[in-house]
Amino acid sequence: MIEFKNVNKWYGEYQALCNVNEQVAAGEVVVVCGPSGSGKSTLIRTVNRLEEIQDGNILISGEEVHASKKNLNALRSRVGFVFQQFNLFPHMSVLENVMIGPMTVLNRNKTDAAKTARDLLAKVGLGHKADAMPLQLSGGQQQRVAIARALAMEPPVMLFDEPTSALDPEMVGEVLQVMKDLASEGMTMICVTHEMGFAREVADRIWFMDAGQVLERAAPEDFFTAPKHPRAAKFISDIRAH
Amino acid sequence: MLDILHDYGIMLLIGQYPQGPLGGLALTVIMALLALIASFPLAVLIGLARTSTIAPVRNIAMGYTYVVRAIPLLLLIFWTYFAVPLITGYNISGFITMIVALVVYEGAYLGEVVRAGINAVPKGQVEAARAMGMSYWQCMRKIVLPQALFNMLPSILNQFIMITKNTSLAYLIGTQEVTFAAYQINNQLLTQPFQVYALLAGFYFVLCFSLSRLAKWLEHTIDRKRLGAPRINVASVEANQVLAGQPK
Repeated sequence: MIEFKNVNKWYGEYQALCNVNEQVAAGEVVVVCGPSGSGKSTLIRTVNRLEEIQDGNILISGEEVHASKKNLNALRSRVGFVFQQFNLFPHMSVLENVMIGPMTVLNRNKTDAAKTARDLLAKVGLGHKADAMPLQLSGGQQQRVAIARALAMEPPVMLFDEPTSALDPEMVGEVLQVMKDLASEGMTMICVTHEMGFAREVADRIWFMDAGQVLERAAPEDFFTAPKHPRAAKFISDIRAH
Repeated sequence: MLDILHDYGIMLLIGQYPQGPLGGLALTVIMALLALIASFPLAVLIGLARTSTIAPVRNIAMGYTYVVRAIPLLLLIFWTYFAVPLITGYNISGFITMIVALVVYEGAYLGEVVRAGINAVPKGQVEAARAMGMSYWQCMRKIVLPQALFNMLPSILNQFIMITKNTSLAYLIGTQEVTFAAYQINNQLLTQPFQVYALLAGFYFVLCFSLSRLAKWLEHTIDRKRLGAPRINVASVEANQVLAGQPK
């Protein structure tokens, strides 16, 4: 479903992504982990071209993301993206935040968009907050709205860029729960996260990244119990240490 | 001063209307409103052009801004007044001249305000909109501009007040707005310039002060809507749900 073919990216002299060749199958949940600055966020942001790449291809359902910009908007509308900082639109109510995408991009009428939005808000446990403004919500609630907003476009793929990193610890669980539900419904997902419990429980595969390279790809059990790459092994023992 | 107001108040308010053309404060307000309505969309366009990723668009807007900002408004007015008939072959009234000059002038200043507003909207807002598949224009119209313009409300108001006050220069090209009326009244009375011009200042003050109050009210209203009124303690509601172990 998603294919990285020999992807390279530089920021000036600095190489942020280095020969990434990976695949994500439909319905698969991939968790990308690794130390800070290893290129995890950069990698996930190239998938819907929030970041450009200098070399290689990225394909979503066979369509090239980094080819022409002509179909980029249509392509992006089929890839849900959840940000670390939520990025809800503060001048719109929670309901409007979830409605705006389908209405402007997919030309849905207001009645249908509102119905879908209410269903999705109920799904993430925030049906009662439809008329609230984003700034009235806690971080965990805002992130759940952001997930509902992304789901409103009915994307076959969801990308999560450290969705719980900006949250207070007590709010991490509620967001992870929504993500677990999504995964169990068969959503194709790539998640950059430091939540190793989540990775272990939900991921079909784990990619370990360091210095812009995917060094290891493994099933969670194998990755956590018997990492093959020495840097992955060090990463896991560092996590265990505290 | 009260007797001047008594004798000439109507003239300051509406000029020689209905015997003659509408003038006085009424004309000042009309000119300011028209200039404001016309300069605002221009300023948004300039602001968008200034933040565009397309270099020629950006450069043209930058050139316009720099040139206009470096020229006194009075010169712009004179040029419009003398140049437009030369170029087009039609005479234009002082009224139209003034509005054109004000719009050109304010387009540059207000355009900079809009540019600053656009730049101040967090990058994540644009990313979130574009990641959904919104086009540049959809993103600007629905996400960036509503936030940018609201944040810039105090600066925008500042410029609107400038427009209102700058309409006074129209008296130099014979437009019979409130400053022109005061000038005529002073010529008739001859002995009370201080009182006449103090009255004039009072008229401008009332007008501009009302504008300030209006903007303050507007800002407050939008602010309240955004933060959500009435405020409720969200954190405690949330905590109660967690404690009660309710499904989320």
